[in-house]
Amino acid sequence: MNPSPMIALVGNPNAGKSALFNALTGARQKVGNYPGVTVERKVGRMALDDGRPLELVDLPGTYSLDPASPDEQVTRDVLFGRQAGERTPSALVVVVDATNLDNHLRFVLQLVALGLPVVVALNMIDMAERDGLVIDIARLSAELGVPVVPTVAVRKRGLDELRAALGRAVGGGGKAVFATGEPEDITKLQREARRIADAVTVQQHAENAWTQRLDRVALHPVIGPILLAGMMFVMFQAVFSWSQVPIEWLASAQAWLADTAIRTLPDNLLRSLLVDGIINGVGSVVAFLPQILILFFFILLLEASGYMVRAAFLMDRLMAGVGLSGRAFIPLLSSFACAIPGIMATRSIDDPRDRLTTILIAPLMTCSARLPVYAVIIGAFIPAKRVLPGVGLQGLVLFCLYLAGIGGAMAVAAVLRRTVTKGGGGGFLMELPKYQMPVWRDVALGLWQRCLIFLRRAGTVILWVTVVLWVLTSYPVAPEGSGIKQSEYSIAGRIASVLEPVVRPVGFNHNMALAVIPAMAAREVAVSALQTVYSIDAGDDEKVGQKRLGLRLRGAWSLPTALAFLAWFVFAPQCLSTIAVIRRETNGWLWPAFTLGYLFVLAWCAAGITFWTATALGL
Amino acid sequence: MRLDQLPLRQASRIASIDWTGLAPREAQRLRELGFDDGVAIEALHRSAMKGPLACRVGRMIIAVRRKVAATDRNDPA
Repeated sequence: MNPSPMIALVGNPNAGKSALFNALTGARQKVGNYPGVTVERKVGRMALDDGRPLELVDLPGTYSLDPASPDEQVTRDVLFGRQAGERTPSALVVVVDATNLDNHLRFVLQLVALGLPVVVALNMIDMAERDGLVIDIARLSAELGVPVVPTVAVRKRGLDELRAALGRAVGGGGKAVFATGEPEDITKLQREARRIADAVTVQQHAENAWTQRLDRVALHPVIGPILLAGMMFVMFQAVFSWSQVPIEWLASAQAWLADTAIRTLPDNLLRSLLVDGIINGVGSVVAFLPQILILFFFILLLEASGYMVRAAFLMDRLMAGVGLSGRAFIPLLSSFACAIPGIMATRSIDDPRDRLTTILIAPLMTCSARLPVYAVIIGAFIPAKRVLPGVGLQGLVLFCLYLAGIGGAMAVAAVLRRTVTKGGGGGFLMELPKYQMPVWRDVALGLWQRCLIFLRRAGTVILWVTVVLWVLTSYPVAPEGSGIKQSEYSIAGRIASVLEPVVRPVGFNHNMALAVIPAMAAREVAVSALQTVYSIDAGDDEKVGQKRLGLRLRGAWSLPTALAFLAWFVFAPQCLSTIAVIRRETNGWLWPAFTLGYLFVLAWCAAGITFWTATALGL
Repeated sequence: MRLDQLPLRQASRIASIDWTGLAPREAQRLRELGFDDGVAIEALHRSAMKGPLACRVGRMIIAVRRKVAATDRNDPA
């Protein structure tokens, strides 16, 4: 069977490509990776009106065919049929921002010259109309020599016409003609693009007034940074306060499951595995899904509204102080959700040394996997009182932990840029897109994908680590009446005993040493590990699922110990998946090994300083 | 007048760009973003502590560092 024709969606960044991709394919999309590089490959299926199926690939946005960064390289290689694991496209849909014709048309000219069938989607035509721009579409089509279809991707306008034009384009076939040719002179093409834009723009009024008005506040030298800090603060407060109710629901569901299992199953090993290992172990991690989704919700919102690039603008001066650019701020902010997409987002940084530095410090941004750890410890040891109207002490501590991560990252970047990643420096040159109302459907789709990724992780990595940990903590069984704790007598306990002398000086007990090891696989496992260890030691699993982990910890740990554990996780050596991504990104084991080493040293020192200071203060 | 010295929101046109004062990659990106002789330009926002500035080039808003902005000379529109 012939595979369905592949259509590539190409265009400048901010042309509304992803919105069009979502509108055309709906939920029928798959997010993966191109082999060998961590550039995200988004592919979806759609059908033409006559029923013919098409495969639509959303290529990374780029300004030209002369790539400056790894993601732009992928776009170029796919278009030229050189990307491993990808077919040469049968046709291109070039997405153009109707309000920014003079610039976007230059790239269209480059793409039309490739000789593949092209359909131009003149997107955001509604915004052009609102800006008072009137475009002669027939003339534009004649000038470019390809069909032009006006679209409003976010409102699904013009999609039928686009599908019809695609049907005609795919029917005709075509082949790239200058796949090895020299790229044309940018300035010449740019002037030609401006000529066409002038010729087809019948009427032109003032620019986007909204963006101007908002930017006067958002980019103000004083108000701008305050607004950014305020927004970050609200975001982290929301992560804590909005999630309380859904977390309670999940915790109740988990308790009900555990109780039901205890009531209905005979008291044997299988029940212990199911209750201690799976329900309470995995459940204690899944309980944090609401917080992770709230964090992603804010990040998706910042990206979709166009504010994220403004944040990069505001942060550039600070980032320049440590040898980076504001551009690094975007991957770093994404790393608050997860270091993996964060490290992947560094592909848009063109300077290799800037990029390497950003990759190395990305794990210091507090990822959502650390939230379960923070949440349990903060919940157990920090009183839930208000320090200011609307500001809770717990949220404030969480905010400080995030600040510690950021401060640490900046300090490490400053050191790295003066030592191991010295030299270069890519500067800061970015387009500030117009502000847009986020499309709720697209935000929901993004959240849904994150939710699936998290649950898949909980169902695989976290489940297996939890089960293995349960086995290692349950065997061999401590002799009855010996007074030896099971968590110390078991295999895991003996392994932890080896690590214990290293972490004892920083206030960690045996169970914490035990929890820190599996947390290397996935940080949130620290919570399920503690849960499993304390459940097994309790020896009375009737109470499991009723007695909360926080209460147990409060009984077992001192406040300096708890604070040291929090400080450890600010810098904790990251999860295995992050190491794997760093290895793939940097093509070798040197940088992942370096990252592991420096993070371990930092984590130990931070935990130590916290523990010693807190003890000295008599906390 | 240099872009980094241009009064905010004063409509101007690019008179010349000192391409030799720029790294090749920077020069290419500037060209891709529409910087060219004769193009309408307007400084819009300057960030604190000599941070980057935002300017409108054609119909696009671009953030540039002041060092790069200093290579761009403009005439009143």
